[in-house]
Amino acid sequence: MLLTKRSWILCQALLLAAFSACAGDTTGIAKNSPADNAGLTLPASFSAVKVTSGLGRARHIVAAPNGDIFVKLDKLKDGKGIYQLHDSNGDGVADTQTGFGNFTGTGIAIKNGYLYASSNTEVFRYKLDEKTGKVDEASVQTIVKGLWDKHQHESKSLALDNDGNLYVNIGAPSNCCQVKDREKGSPGMDPCPILDSAGGIWQFKADKLNQGYGDGVRYATGLRNVVGLDWNTEVNDLYVMQHGRDMLFQFYPELYSQKDGAENPAEEMFRLKKGADCGWPYCYYDNAKQAKLLNPEYGGDRNKTGRCDMKTKSIVQFPGHLAPNGLLFYTGNQFPEKYKNGAFIAFHGSWNRSPEPQAGYFVVFVPFKDGMPSGKWEVFADGFAGANINRAQYRPCGLAQDKEGNLFVSDDSNGSIWKISYKKG
Amino acid sequence: MKLLAALLLLPALYVTSPEQGPASSLKASVERGSKVYQTICLTCHQADGLGVDRMNPPLVKTKWVLGDKKALAKIVLNGLKGGEIQIDGDEFHNPMPPQATQLSDQQIADVLTFVRNSFGNKASAVSPAEVKAVRKAIGAPAGPASPAAPVKKAPVKKAPVKK
Repeated sequence: MLLTKRSWILCQALLLAAFSACAGDTTGIAKNSPADNAGLTLPASFSAVKVTSGLGRARHIVAAPNGDIFVKLDKLKDGKGIYQLHDSNGDGVADTQTGFGNFTGTGIAIKNGYLYASSNTEVFRYKLDEKTGKVDEASVQTIVKGLWDKHQHESKSLALDNDGNLYVNIGAPSNCCQVKDREKGSPGMDPCPILDSAGGIWQFKADKLNQGYGDGVRYATGLRNVVGLDWNTEVNDLYVMQHGRDMLFQFYPELYSQKDGAENPAEEMFRLKKGADCGWPYCYYDNAKQAKLLNPEYGGDRNKTGRCDMKTKSIVQFPGHLAPNGLLFYTGNQFPEKYKNGAFIAFHGSWNRSPEPQAGYFVVFVPFKDGMPSGKWEVFADGFAGANINRAQYRPCGLAQDKEGNLFVSDDSNGSIWKISYKKG
Repeated sequence: MKLLAALLLLPALYVTSPEQGPASSLKASVERGSKVYQTICLTCHQADGLGVDRMNPPLVKTKWVLGDKKALAKIVLNGLKGGEIQIDGDEFHNPMPPQATQLSDQQIADVLTFVRNSFGNKASAVSPAEVKAVRKAIGAPAGPASPAAPVKKAPVKKAPVKK
């Protein structure tokens, strides 16, 4: 490592202003010229090309075995909500893109010859010929329906395991389950009634039609909103990225400075076992105290842990409000050994750090060993924000890996997709 | 003599009054409104007024801000549940907390005047009387007692805390 212990501590102390630089130092990220990597900054020997742009709200993406990329849109483009990108000459750039499906949403996944895609209330699937990438549009089936969409945290992102189960995030339509949502001084509801129908991950059967809440199992609870999630096939567990609560400084300036409010709570990664309770809305992870504490809406004073001692602990914590929207465990053989089975996370970037500068808008890597983090997180791909961090040009959202081990990143601001590859230098 | 004195004083009063020329009273209102914006609005609507994609609507060049002043004042007083605002086919999902009990008619008038004359916007000022009329018409609760003069640690009787 290039970084001494002392400079690492200094970096940590400098927090936001320094953290991308710190992470860069730990990996020796080389500055590549934008022309080489479609505007991205990547570690040495990695390169990127832009597969496409202008798709609009490109949320999650998935690669089919034939190499085609499927993109789920949260706003229809020419009346279509899913786009299939095909690169016929192998230069990485999509040569044809065709749309189908008339619903908007976030989730998309492929399993056992089916393409799964979600609206904000339902999950559908189409028959997919994995060899040719051909989708049978007429074969569309409704797998899940009737899920909550109450405007906030409405994305229904998806993951599938190898035992015929489908996992769906149902985000809580609330910041911290206050009696009056996002009103200063309004107390937290206790118990929080939202948790019966949202604020968790629900498990459904991957092949049973028309399931509703009654057919599903609340697999994990106490998760405010998860957009990035992935089934880790190495250890057979579900991993999720939680978006932490907003407004600590604005609502409790006596407990949190403006800077505290920008850095807290942590955005957290959880490894979930069935029945896990990750603590929302009662608890949050305080980055400065490095502990899971009671939320002030529930009597927290920035020291009390209360019931939070009993909740599932996160395995990685990140600075506040960075909005982790994509999670992918890398199983390819193309990237160097350290990336194998590690986690890539696409951070959409913050808004609730203001009036402090915004942050995020990058793809992070966390090394893993046997299903647990084995080192510090580091910025892998940066440069999405462009010149003005407070008005990011691109916002990373989805991640995908193809059979050859290339990594794809989507942006839901403009609808760009990048393909990132490694070549021994 | 008294009359003369009064007449002589009049121009002086006129100069120091906030009710003087519309341009400078607009400027003063915008300045006061800017402070309200920074404290109450900026976190969600951002320093540049452009809001946050799909969450908090932009305040720039939209009919919601530049159009009907009554409708605009009503939004600030009552807040929004989320999802009501649609701009160019995009819905904005975050709720907006009501400000009726947080801000006075004057503060709401100032912040709306600020927003309607910032970020490239150019529209007429909003007066406290207009906000007061909307507050009454929609039955919104009264504003804070004397928000303009922040109380300096007045002796406070400790009320029993309701558990």
